[in-house]
Amino acid sequence: MNKLLLISLLFIQQLSFAAEVNVYSARKEALIKPLFDQFTKETGIQVNLVTGEADTLLKRLEVEGRNSPADILLTVDVARLIRAKESGLFQQTDSDVLDKAIPEYYRDSDKQWFGLSLRSRVIIYAPDRVKASELSNYADLANKKWKDRICVRSSSNVYNQSLVAAMIANEGLEKTEAWAAGLVKNFARKPKGGDRDQIKAVAAEVCDVALVNTYYLAGMLASNQEDEVEAAKKIKLFWPDQAGRGAHMNVSGAGILKPSKNKKEAIQLLEFLVSDYAQHWYADTNYEFSINLAIDSSSILKSWGDFKADKLNLSLLGKYNRDSVLLMDRVGWK
Amino acid sequence: MLVTRAAQALSNASEFKTRSFNATKWNTLLVLVSLLFSIPLAVVFGSILFPEKEVWTHLSDTVLTDYIGNSLALLIGVGFFSLLLGVIPAWMVTMYRFPMSRQLEWALLLPMSIPAYIIAYSYTGALDVAGPFQTMIRALTGWHYRDYWFPEVRSLGGAIAMLSLVLYPYIYLLARAAFIEQSICVLEVSRTLGCNTVDAFRRVALPLARPAIMVGLSLVVMETLADYGTVQYFGVSAFTTGIFRTWFGLGNSMAAAQLSALLLVFVVFFLYLEKRSRRQARYHHTSSRYSRLMQQQLSKGQGTIALSVCAAPVVFGFIIPVGLLINWSLDTYSSVLGKDFYALLFNSLLLAFITSILALFIALFMAYSNRNSQSVINRMMVRFVSMGYAIPGTVIAVGVLIPFAWFDNTLDRILMDNFNINSGLLISGTVFTLIFAYLVRFLAVSINTSEAALGKIKPVMDEVAKTAGMVPANIVKRIHMPMMRGSLLTALLLVFVDVLKELPATLILRPFNFNTLAVRTYELANEELLADAAVPALAIVMAGIIPVILISNSISKSRPGNKSSQ
Repeated sequence: MNKLLLISLLFIQQLSFAAEVNVYSARKEALIKPLFDQFTKETGIQVNLVTGEADTLLKRLEVEGRNSPADILLTVDVARLIRAKESGLFQQTDSDVLDKAIPEYYRDSDKQWFGLSLRSRVIIYAPDRVKASELSNYADLANKKWKDRICVRSSSNVYNQSLVAAMIANEGLEKTEAWAAGLVKNFARKPKGGDRDQIKAVAAEVCDVALVNTYYLAGMLASNQEDEVEAAKKIKLFWPDQAGRGAHMNVSGAGILKPSKNKKEAIQLLEFLVSDYAQHWYADTNYEFSINLAIDSSSILKSWGDFKADKLNLSLLGKYNRDSVLLMDRVGWK
Repeated sequence: MLVTRAAQALSNASEFKTRSFNATKWNTLLVLVSLLFSIPLAVVFGSILFPEKEVWTHLSDTVLTDYIGNSLALLIGVGFFSLLLGVIPAWMVTMYRFPMSRQLEWALLLPMSIPAYIIAYSYTGALDVAGPFQTMIRALTGWHYRDYWFPEVRSLGGAIAMLSLVLYPYIYLLARAAFIEQSICVLEVSRTLGCNTVDAFRRVALPLARPAIMVGLSLVVMETLADYGTVQYFGVSAFTTGIFRTWFGLGNSMAAAQLSALLLVFVVFFLYLEKRSRRQARYHHTSSRYSRLMQQQLSKGQGTIALSVCAAPVVFGFIIPVGLLINWSLDTYSSVLGKDFYALLFNSLLLAFITSILALFIALFMAYSNRNSQSVINRMMVRFVSMGYAIPGTVIAVGVLIPFAWFDNTLDRILMDNFNINSGLLISGTVFTLIFAYLVRFLAVSINTSEAALGKIKPVMDEVAKTAGMVPANIVKRIHMPMMRGSLLTALLLVFVDVLKELPATLILRPFNFNTLAVRTYELANEELLADAAVPALAIVMAGIIPVILISNSISKSRPGNKSSQ
């Protein structure tokens, strides 16, 4: 019995006295840890990390309640940031540095969450089968001329949910539902795989156009796997809706949690994440756009040219997330 | 060694028939332990009390029939093929000698070390439209995508194939152990009665091994129902897809838990069917006299057939996917291996080791209590505890998270109010929580295996030993343990490998800065960085292989009549 007690004591969380900040992150370790290491090097503040699916992290925070050890929640899309805000998990953060670095429409009006990096969901196409002049905007993809020619991943994916939520915010529910129904009819195959899979499918002539996030395409172009580079080179990127609202944008972002016991360090970390160093890192390592688009991006991103980004207030994507999922179920988007 | 010592400890308990005071204590302990491990499942079931009407209406209007249909198809498909791939080779390698039969004995177990979603990723990487194989076909023939037909890996059929390939070893392992444990006398008698070997298999060996095979099948079925990684990657809308879509997409974890509860109904129904079809039949070994099993040497032609039948599952379930992983690793291993990597390996092995041993102890404890007790309630509680295997790890994890955090927060409040001490979260977010969740999820494996093993020991043997003056400790040590050794090692191995592969609960419950091989593999594979994911995936497989081979050997030696085990 004594031994048991001793063993269980070993498992009990260790108390630590050094300056530290605890992060729950939906961003994968490989895509954020190097930045944290740099932060620790510069400030001496230790960053402790747990990664996981955004919704399970939200559940963990909700259940842990006021004693949760976490200071910051990082997510890879805005819908989850808003879900966290609505669950009352975030607290207000006052920082001039953050306010200055991040455009208004990429952060919360109540200062609870902040966008940290940008990505766009764009159209890619096979130039040997599609002329750029045939493409225009997202709405056009429901046109009959694209029958059996479109690839896109499952509607369980949050990037698709956010795209549809943006359509609902811009066009209304009814119009969006009609659009989605048309889009589903144009699918070349049942949705499967991730964004890279859609790019490969266009390259392999399964379909002619696809909807993907920008950093996947860039990641393939820069891959050390020959077949990935080859596939990525066979297709071209098209910036949608340049004559209208602009390309659909999403952010990865973060907020400081209510039970945070290291608020000072947490603010310091968030401010570090919008610094020039971190913003360049996002662009160079994961091919995301800098949050204010003003900072020089990596050469691959630059090669796609300037583009017009939709300035829709991202809070609306969270607002319509649920509607978008219900809608996609109704039109049979698997 | 460990097993024997555990048995001795347990045997003290089985004395209760003679000392009634102990019986009460023993029973209380069983109830407490079962209750403890029932909590997370009760949380899942409890969700039914708060129906989410709106979500349910939406689901039944749109996607629910799809979920149920696909899950049923998966269930039947995977069940059927796993039986085929598991039972037939088990019989062949036990009864016959043919080329490579000795190697195949353990090689047939290897696919179980591969997580289902990893085999899915590897086959997709190789055989998908954009993969090297089809690209080569197109390059050689000049055909385009629409000019030829090629089986689609990412489909319902593909999912059935993938899951069957990695799950059949559960059936193989248990069936083989059962065949080995069978008294040769029974088989010989059947032959003198005019059965040929096929008849002996069909009419004698198979019915005798049925309880063990059914244990294997129910594990396969439950694992299939709980799978999320494969079906989600393949775009098959199964029940688990629905659970996570309802939770993540609709932000409704309550309705998700209700779907899980519905999943449990599936399982209960299946278990009931199995029980009913077995009726009152009991399968005990009639004799403890064993002689050396004489394996029949097959002719060259028969041998080749046997070899191809037994080698096929190994080739498709292990050699090809591992070959693909190795091929991808060659490009990336230098960037992945490092100090950090060994920490992952260490964490994974340690968790698997601790959990598998704890699970065996608890399972033996439960199996012994049930054996000696007539209490229906006891039996039901143990059944309930073993349902965790059919619930997706994520849902179990939440079931663990909620009561633990509640306990921590309540304790903190009491200490704060009375002593002004802030205890914070004491056990939530520790390795302890993680191991507890593993136990809830995997206890079914060791409980089922131990019960099946104990069930084969005729109670009369105990009585005889007692009249011969043996004390219970000795009965367990000298009669039960030698007879059960193989099965108990099997239980140990199954849980060990299951924990190595476990992903979703680990992901949710782990402490800060704590990674496992499965977590690393998933994070890379999920970003569609298959080549980078290959190295940690291979490490899971390798870490799983060593105990697989060790234990397979000792199962072969476990046959009571086998001289080499003395």
